[in-house]
Amino acid sequence: MDSLITHSPALIVALPLVAAFAIPLISRAGPRVRNTFSLVIFGLITFLVAILAMDVHSVGIHVYTFGATAAELALPGGYTVPVRIMFEVDGMSIFMGLIITIVTLAALIYSLHFLKGQTGQARFYSLMMLLYAGMMGLAFTGDMFNLFVFLEIASIAGAGLAAYRTNMADAVEGGFKYIVISAVSALLVLFAIGILYAQYNVLSIAALGYYMQYTTLDMMALGLLGGAFLMKLAAVPLHMWAPDIYTVAPAGITPMIYTSSAAAMYALYRVTFTLYGSAIDTTTIGWVVIILGVLSMFVGVMMAVHQTDIKRMMAYHAISQEGYMLLGVGVGLAVLADPGALASYGRDAISGGIFHIINNALYKGMLFLTAEAIFFRIGTRDLNRMGGLGHRMKWTAGFFIIGALAISGIPPFNGFASKLLIYESVLRFNPILSVIAMFVSLVTLASFTKVFYSAFTGPEMPAYKEVKEVPKSMIIGMAILAACIIFFGIFPGLVVNTIVAPATDALINQASYINAVMGAVP
Amino acid sequence: MSVLAYGYAVWAPIVWIIALVVIGVMVLIWRSRGQKSYKKGTAQTDIFLSGVKVPPEEQRHVKADNIYWGFFEALKGLYRAMMKPHTGIVNDYLLWFVAILAITILILVLAS
Repeated sequence: MDSLITHSPALIVALPLVAAFAIPLISRAGPRVRNTFSLVIFGLITFLVAILAMDVHSVGIHVYTFGATAAELALPGGYTVPVRIMFEVDGMSIFMGLIITIVTLAALIYSLHFLKGQTGQARFYSLMMLLYAGMMGLAFTGDMFNLFVFLEIASIAGAGLAAYRTNMADAVEGGFKYIVISAVSALLVLFAIGILYAQYNVLSIAALGYYMQYTTLDMMALGLLGGAFLMKLAAVPLHMWAPDIYTVAPAGITPMIYTSSAAAMYALYRVTFTLYGSAIDTTTIGWVVIILGVLSMFVGVMMAVHQTDIKRMMAYHAISQEGYMLLGVGVGLAVLADPGALASYGRDAISGGIFHIINNALYKGMLFLTAEAIFFRIGTRDLNRMGGLGHRMKWTAGFFIIGALAISGIPPFNGFASKLLIYESVLRFNPILSVIAMFVSLVTLASFTKVFYSAFTGPEMPAYKEVKEVPKSMIIGMAILAACIIFFGIFPGLVVNTIVAPATDALINQASYINAVMGAVP
Repeated sequence: MSVLAYGYAVWAPIVWIIALVVIGVMVLIWRSRGQKSYKKGTAQTDIFLSGVKVPPEEQRHVKADNIYWGFFEALKGLYRAMMKPHTGIVNDYLLWFVAILAITILILVLAS
């Protein structure tokens, strides 16, 4: 068991990579064998993520060095800087790992029946595994170059999956847009890594954090990295691509692409807090993040309430909810250099922002699945053509209500707990920001009331009298996320203490991340 | 486990759920003491639209386009401005990207 825990970071990324290339071969034995293989492999990966999470929670940062005589040996004899490829899993990394794993598990189970009868399923599952491997690698990597590599893997797999339904022209266009914006973002990340490497001769995040001087070139690298990750996470005004892609991606994949945006947010936080950390003017950068967060919240929700395409509306809500995460963490960043304010409300603001990442991945993921369940049965995303579906699709309607209440911050669902943390802590920083956040929640509720009324209530439409509830595997996929939403809503204390607080501390405490690789910081 | 406590506030969802259940039970008791002469499916429950003929069920559903019409009409200037950049053209998205990159780098350099 100890050996399994030691090698779990590598296995969590290697297993889906191997599975991705094995699936086309295994598919030759039939769809049942392929689906069983995908489920078994993913079950194993979920188990590995769970034991790694417990290990990180009880022991602390887990360093895994590839090719070293001992996996935890970061610095080879006689070296003062790490030279090997390395994974460094701390509270924040495993927090992202848990989000990615829960969403992918639900998406995989949901897709089993959703894809029935469609062509190219082997490619679908291969790309799904690659997307998972890319996101997990991004969360675990301890060096900047592999951050770029995993970002690329996730982007290419995501673009392929967005364009999976090649019979729909807008799906192909969506895939094209995704690869263009991802490729440009990734090239700028690579350029920034080149700038850092040229100055410090190291690629390890811990070593770069250790030597960071914050020269003008470092500022430019931070600007490039920040801009690229903001584009990938679809913060306003770099959000325009997201509705075009979330709308057309197949069920199961939309929550995963959305989670890959959350992984880009993780990369932004990792660079800001861990790579640059105390070297930067955190107040200025914190305010930049806050302004982007407020813009994302407001523009996202105002655009969402106006939509009549159910998935496009949810895509704008996804942007709006990311604004909350940026606002919470931005406030924490703005007071990072002020120990009093950080202890008083800054840490809670960061916790709220981080807690909202997992809450949002759960309810937004489920809402995307309910939207796609409707499309699966009636073949349209247009709310004007819907009505009375609650008579026939009771499970889907029930899951939609849970997701809608959670995203609107209605107690006792999980969205309320994280939003409360954000409102309360941001209020102490600047009351106007807190009022804007509450207004956005109000418009969110109005928007989902519109969808619920349009799609599920009212008399049965003659065209939909024969509509049936979606198959069981799709219900199970939604039920996994609904169960998590309810659990996280009823036990917020447990969630915050077990996974959110360690993630917050991992972000704030730059020295512990550096120490795990470099030894004591002078 | 259930209570989320931080420096200046406490959130206890189980207490909230218990309160909700108690209120729900009270509402049900109150409802059970209400009007007993209500008869489902009789003229009592027919829709009255000031004498206008009531359209069939499927035509009575308000379409999504018409919901919050007044809100959108009042804010049409804001919506015109917000929708303008959403061209759907990837070149425009990248122009925004370049502009934001330039502004970000400028802020970082000037703030140092």
